[in-house]
Amino acid sequence: MTPAVSDVKTLQIDGIDVSAQADQTILDAAREKGLSIPTLCHLDGLGDVGACRLCLVEIKGTSKLLPACVTRVEEGMEVTTQSERLLKYRRMTLELLFAERNHVCSVCVANGHCDLQVLGQAHGLTHVQFPYRYPKLPMDASHDRFVVDHNRCVLCTRCVRVCDEVEGAHTWDVMSRGIGSMVITDLHQPWGESDTCTSCGKCVQVCPTGALFEKGKARLVAKSRDFLPYLAMMREGK
Amino acid sequence: MNRVRLATVWLDGCSGCHMSLLDMDERLLDLADRVELVYSPLVDHKEYPEDVDLVLVEGSVSSEEDLHKIRKIRRQSKILISLGDCAVTGNVPAMRNPFKTAEVLRRVYVENVSVESPTPNQVVPALLARVRPVHEVVPVDVFVPGCPPSADTIFWTLTELLEGRRPDLTGKTRFGA
Ligand code: SF4
Ligand code: SF4
Ligand code: FES
Repeated sequence: MTPAVSDVKTLQIDGIDVSAQADQTILDAAREKGLSIPTLCHLDGLGDVGACRLCLVEIKGTSKLLPACVTRVEEGMEVTTQSERLLKYRRMTLELLFAERNHVCSVCVANGHCDLQVLGQAHGLTHVQFPYRYPKLPMDASHDRFVVDHNRCVLCTRCVRVCDEVEGAHTWDVMSRGIGSMVITDLHQPWGESDTCTSCGKCVQVCPTGALFEKGKARLVAKSRDFLPYLAMMREGK
Repeated sequence: MNRVRLATVWLDGCSGCHMSLLDMDERLLDLADRVELVYSPLVDHKEYPEDVDLVLVEGSVSSEEDLHKIRKIRRQSKILISLGDCAVTGNVPAMRNPFKTAEVLRRVYVENVSVESPTPNQVVPALLARVRPVHEVVPVDVFVPGCPPSADTIFWTLTELLEGRRPDLTGKTRFGA
């Protein structure tokens, strides 16, 4: 069915004329046009939460930067996805992520297959200007097959969302606030004692970093995430 | 032509960056025509000289001695290059940072030994409370991440600097590379 004319919005992204459906986000519309906006918490097939702020874009008429993954297109919008200012903030965001917990890439299971690492490299990060915090964080290896290492978690909540939205188990959630936030299983019980975890491993596949991994593998092979958009599509019956 | 005065320094690292440096193989000969190696763990100079043009620093700043050395190195060198993840991020040496120094020493010299020996407190330099990347202690001019950075990356960085350019390492290497 072709959408009604009123459902279609026309806007400009990086000077290019774009038409999009009213319920599309700026990120969707940009990617359909082949324009790339960096993302970390977004994953095709999962609902968006705007947690990482890497996808911030400039919109003419407002001085605020807005996250492209949760901002809907509007008629006549003029969006800029690449600028000196955006690059500065994206870099800063990445540096803060590296400084917040303990990322030791050389000995990390995700080395070479990590979204954070790739983003750092793509943004020309050669060092972190903020002092590292070096928090003391636990690892939980109580599950038969999987491990969570909080040292590497970037709190993107992909695990929380895939477990809730796709698997329907809602084993994962986020506890506490601000810098004290942590992903937990059930009511902050050891993962291996969780009553709700089905051991499906979806959380491990969607985790962008070395925070969730399979036991017995010293190095991760690339994670597989293709199942997500497919599942989402089948469920919506599109 | 005056040759460029090059130094290389080994602080708290595994010497892997120096191994990678040697991995430049025959390109070392090209470099030898253009630089004079005035200080390095690979040669036998005891004192860090005055007026160094380029210095490659491997390793993080982990002990009182490292701290003393890096300050002197900074004072006496024009361009300081942080070489490798230990120098750039703290890397593996910094994994002790969430723990207190006393806990670390107890773990190494008491809990993990079959024959107990006293914890050394003389001759060896005292550990700093926190391992720190070089740029948290002194200003750094060029950052070359990697564990270790490849010989190609090091060679390219050095030749750029010898040509008087500031190397742009975007996309060339990364943390953990
Ligand atoms: S999670 Fe990624 S960025 Fe963090 S230490 Fe591992 S490889 Fe490096
Ligand atoms: S464990 Fe992984 S998927 Fe879950 S919030 Fe942390 S980084 Fe994201
Ligand atoms: S991708 Fe938009 S906020 Fe993370």
